Amino acid sequence: MSILIDRNTRVMTQGITGKTGQFHTQTSRAYANGRNCFVAGVNPKKAGEDFEGIPIFGSVKDAKVQTGATVSVIYVPPPFAAAAIDEAVDADLDLVICITEGIPVRDMIMTKYRMAGKRTLLVGPNCPGVITPDEIKIGIMPGHIHKKGPVGVVSRSGTLTYEAVGQLTELGLGQSSCVGIGGDPVNGLKHIDVLRMFNDDPKTEAVIMVGEIGGSDEETAARWVKENMRKPVVGFIAGVTAPPGKRMGHAGAIISGGKGTAQEKLAVMEECGIKTTRNPAEMGKTLKSVLK
Amino acid sequence: MKIHEYQGKEIFRKYGVPTPSGIPAFSVDEAVAAAEKLGGKVWVVKAQIHAGGRGKGGGVKVAKSVEEVRTLASSILGMQLKTHQTGPEGQKVRRLLIEEGADIEKELYVGMVVDRGSQRVVLMASSEGGTDIEEVAASTPQKIYKVTIDPVQGLTDADADEIAASIGIPGAALAQGRALFKALYKCFWETDASLVEINPLILTGRNEVVALDAKLNFDDNALFRHPDIVALRDLDEEDPLEVEASKYDLNYISLDGNIGCMVNGAGLAMATMDTIKLFGGSPANFLDVGGGATAEKVTAAFKIMLSNRKVKAILVNIFGGIMKCDTIAEGVVKAAREVKLSVPLVVRMKGTNEDLGKKILKESGLPIISADNMADAGKKVVAAIAEPKPKKARPKAGKEKK
Repeated sequence: MSILIDRNTRVMTQGITGKTGQFHTQTSRAYANGRNCFVAGVNPKKAGEDFEGIPIFGSVKDAKVQTGATVSVIYVPPPFAAAAIDEAVDADLDLVICITEGIPVRDMIMTKYRMAGKRTLLVGPNCPGVITPDEIKIGIMPGHIHKKGPVGVVSRSGTLTYEAVGQLTELGLGQSSCVGIGGDPVNGLKHIDVLRMFNDDPKTEAVIMVGEIGGSDEETAARWVKENMRKPVVGFIAGVTAPPGKRMGHAGAIISGGKGTAQEKLAVMEECGIKTTRNPAEMGKTLKSVLK
Repeated sequence: MKIHEYQGKEIFRKYGVPTPSGIPAFSVDEAVAAAEKLGGKVWVVKAQIHAGGRGKGGGVKVAKSVEEVRTLASSILGMQLKTHQTGPEGQKVRRLLIEEGADIEKELYVGMVVDRGSQRVVLMASSEGGTDIEEVAASTPQKIYKVTIDPVQGLTDADADEIAASIGIPGAALAQGRALFKALYKCFWETDASLVEINPLILTGRNEVVALDAKLNFDDNALFRHPDIVALRDLDEEDPLEVEASKYDLNYISLDGNIGCMVNGAGLAMATMDTIKLFGGSPANFLDVGGGATAEKVTAAFKIMLSNRKVKAILVNIFGGIMKCDTIAEGVVKAAREVKLSVPLVVRMKGTNEDLGKKILKESGLPIISADNMADAGKKVVAAIAEPKPKKARPKAGKEKK
């Protein structure tokens, strides 16, 4: 078992003909069962063509009907990416993973508004994607650092997620699924949503949660963990040294109005029974210490 | 992106948010001409810098004659204005706003931001304007009123009226307050703002509601559809190193410490800064080289880090995923040679083509300190700038065992 995606997931790529879309479709296809999983591309101007044998359709709906794909990954450039999410939601897909970085916040506010009441789940935008090791990789993460196993990983950042995964794998601890939820202020799944899924996944035995400064999603998730989580959770928050008012790369990574500091988040997480570390080199070790 | 108060007020006027009459001035003569053109008996001379807290820092003064406008303009223009937001060096004042004096009956506050929790725009207002609103929020949160705005409906009349009444706008000014809040939201939405703040929003003796200040920040990701706003950018107000970095698509932020760091990815970059701090050092910058760093980008990053004179050592931390470690290693070697690197360099590389990358660094003959993991890198870079140890007598070369 795993969460969100597995070897039987069928995926379409929106933005398959761009340079980024092509490159990452190739690497995702080369990973585990990827050859069977990536079944369609979408580009209204190139319907009927193909990318290395993957048929391209004019719309998400066509791709879904023709291939049975129920998950989409988006590499569409930022000015058009929110509309690409809207199209996938309108086609009633199960899951949309938006990799695109730099989507205007206003576009995402409208997209989230339109998503209310719909069943489609969104991961991202501005995220590395989702991977279930040895089964399927949807996104831009390096597949080879992963290993199948009992640890769930949820994170707001990209390379810091790889850092956590790399440490786990080195310690011999594999992962059930790894979810990059992205660094934007208005996005899809939050820490709490992914923790819920890991809680219900019989193959996940413990979870590592990697957060960063800005907002209060980590605190919300921590309070939920205290009341509901049946598995140990460990955490790390990046940005202890970040000064207030400065945006640290991600649009959401900013301490404003004295809120969203790493110290505050770490304190709440500890209070809620989440074991934290201040040393990012010890994320894996910390997880190992809570496993039975 | 940030803009000046006078530019913000020009945008406000376009949307029908009332402001005092005012004219920007770039010289003392222009300031005097502005005061004469505005007429009246009282003027306010306001320093235009992007940082807040200008009044407390002595950058906002009232003049009661045109001569006084001249005196104040000459003292404020060119001064290093220090506020809680500028840092200890302050910011040089290059522009002024000359404004008609206002008849202030009451000082209020209104602001708008995107709220992560509701994933919508939130309007915040308070009867306690003119002061540090963060203090009000911390000490008397009940004095801050909030409304979450539906993105399709926009700000409704009912919500606008409720806010106006809650912060003490009297019945006689209610219609005007409603119009102002609605105009302000339209302005926020249509300009892709990330923050709009009026502090103070004033109620005049004649029951008018007027924006005495204007703070606007815009969503950088949406600037592509607002060339008119991009034209308002004032590079003098930005850190020159940050401006230089943006030319190479590098995400750089200056900090106060002395250890330069170059990392791929924003989260990992923050974690690297935290590691430096954890081992007793202090980061000189945040620098994310992004996912597609080339040798050229790495060289530019090195030059930018080293143009900060405070930098005494550099830490490179790369987790090669899509980006290959050998590409980064080649870039680092090229950059170190090109800039004739004279400070200690610690490199930690992990991931794709790690061994190849390490080999390139080793064979370069450069005095690069290699680290196994982030903690090791943090310790080594902090040790590299610690007090040099007293030299020990070295054993003679011939007797050294291999």
